[in-house]
Amino acid sequence: MQQLINTALGGLTQGMVFAAFALALVLIWRSTRIVNFAQAPMAMVTTFVALVVIEQGYSYWLAFAAALLSGLLLGAFLERVVVRPVEGKSEINAVILTLALFIVLHAGAAVVFGNSYRSFPAPFGIRGFEVGDRTIALTGFGVFRIVSVLVVMALLVALFRYTDLGLRMRAAAFNPEVARLLGVRVGRMMTIGWALASVVGSLAGLLIAGGNLVHPGYMDSVVVYGFVAAVLGGLDSPLGAVVGGLVLGLSLAFVSGYVGGQLVALAALLILMVVLTLRPGGLFSATAERRV
Amino acid sequence: MRRLHLPSSTLARHLLGAALGLVVVILVLQGVSDFRRFQLAEMAYLGIAVGGLTVLTGLNGQLSLGHGALMAFGAYTAALLLPDREASTPLPLVVLAAVAVTLVVGAAVGIAAARLHGPYLAGATLALAVAVPGIALYFKETLGGEQGLRIVMPDRPGWAEEATFFVTGQELTTAGWVAFLSWSTLILTYFLLANLSRSRVGRRWRAVRDDEVSAQLAGIDLGRARVSAFMVSAAAAGAAGAMLGLAVRLAAPSSFTLTISLTLVAAIVLGGLGSLTGALLGAALLTFLPQVVTQVGTANGLSDIQAAELAPLVYGLVMVAVILLAPAGLFGTVHQAVVRRRLQRRATAAAAAGGPHPTTPDSPDAIGTDDTTTTEGVPR
Repeated sequence: MQQLINTALGGLTQGMVFAAFALALVLIWRSTRIVNFAQAPMAMVTTFVALVVIEQGYSYWLAFAAALLSGLLLGAFLERVVVRPVEGKSEINAVILTLALFIVLHAGAAVVFGNSYRSFPAPFGIRGFEVGDRTIALTGFGVFRIVSVLVVMALLVALFRYTDLGLRMRAAAFNPEVARLLGVRVGRMMTIGWALASVVGSLAGLLIAGGNLVHPGYMDSVVVYGFVAAVLGGLDSPLGAVVGGLVLGLSLAFVSGYVGGQLVALAALLILMVVLTLRPGGLFSATAERRV
Repeated sequence: MRRLHLPSSTLARHLLGAALGLVVVILVLQGVSDFRRFQLAEMAYLGIAVGGLTVLTGLNGQLSLGHGALMAFGAYTAALLLPDREASTPLPLVVLAAVAVTLVVGAAVGIAAARLHGPYLAGATLALAVAVPGIALYFKETLGGEQGLRIVMPDRPGWAEEATFFVTGQELTTAGWVAFLSWSTLILTYFLLANLSRSRVGRRWRAVRDDEVSAQLAGIDLGRARVSAFMVSAAAAGAAGAMLGLAVRLAAPSSFTLTISLTLVAAIVLGGLGSLTGALLGAALLTFLPQVVTQVGTANGLSDIQAAELAPLVYGLVMVAVILLAPAGLFGTVHQAVVRRRLQRRATAAAAAGGPHPTTPDSPDAIGTDDTTTTEGVPR
């Protein structure tokens, strides 16, 4: 019973991070119809920025802010300079381009920051809370993970639902031609979409790094889990991404806890295959099924 | 089928090319050191995998990020068949078994992948690339876990030793033998792939890539075309994996990480999608560029580990540049320029003779629409 609860709690905290990462993928997919496979190394780079700030002796929170800000700038820069020329062109070019960015950021980070494992601090305790005389698998940092992803979700919902900017972004993503006729600066909206996504990705990177070791490849498998989570939700729905992240986090925690940690990635592959075969539009596709 | 639908001259040309290739390979392998032979073996097994991926992506328009993982199936099959000196299975049988196993895996993945497009297919095969090394770790007893399985090369056959000594007066070294095996496999694979892409099967693959709806209207089963392309390409990856295993004498999860899968994609982009010559060029770049770049790096004061990362950095940057500036790839762009010039010359000649102007081909919008096997002098 205790193991069951602990596995579930672990899966929930892990799932929240997948959710954040999936959210970043969904934001970019919605604004530019590109799956950003470079999301993981982008988040890794911003985490290293935070690590550098911390190693200079500044506080965790300053590093946190620096990572998010560098994520904002990196996302906007990449969209504006590198991705813009392939937007709206053939899918395969966009996929290959984000993969190329993956390789560049990865290798670039290894050249600049080195290829070794370095420990990354956590702002809150990483020891389990004690309930009665038992220790459960929920930590202070785990609570921070859950809360911060929920806050980001709420902010995004507020942005898209209640602000003028959010409305324009939705219009640009929904129908660029018409939006342009109505005076929306579509290109700028796409840049903002990438920048926002990159901030959310950076947050996911920080949340994974906290209390763990980081190196240039530490986010690589997360791009797969984030993608699976986003596909579970249908790639189009932010809420779906979060639910997909939680479902995936829980499933993988149970696979890891009861079958074997080595098979987690295989389980993710199987889940992805089953979902794509049964519901190609994702679990949350309200509209007619999209051809994938 | 090949004979029915192809002029025999194509087959004859490919046969001639293969024979010439074999002669060149033997001559080159003669004249180089064992270190270079090892490098050439590496180029050959990468070339086999890249060739398979070229067929899949260039001809059929499916992008796979999991071909490195498919190579693992070939290598582990070889390792299980060659555990020690006593149990030495004949090498052709080992390679065939590796191909067969990967073919089955490729069919399973291909069936699931046939319904997916662009980013979905990329994501699913990416998941494959990340998942496969875990299998080897989980089944530690049979597959050796992190350490992997050792591969014991069977003894070199007497005829090879004698032939080498007869032709060159030198002993046949292990590196030379492995390089010879890898290159023979590469030539055989490319011969088969080249013929296949010229056959009815290859035309169907291209039709599906270029326009699904028209292909369907023409009576082509889209799913079947996609799955068969994936299977053929996976089989090549399996042969490549077996050769990798023989060359490094080990099948271990660390050889088949996401990195090698992405590297293969880099090779097809650098070489130029859709052409086997480009694939070989890409494999050569993958093999020989790192050494050069790493030396430049260490000469400029980088540590060894940092310098080792310069090569992927260069691949990545060149990939970005190719996608943005020359979507047909390096080889494809050169080839296009040659074709265009030839057409221009023909147009001037036609204008001088008062004939109609042939149109010049447009540069393709999408990578993969360049197809050097169909554009030989004829604009599509």
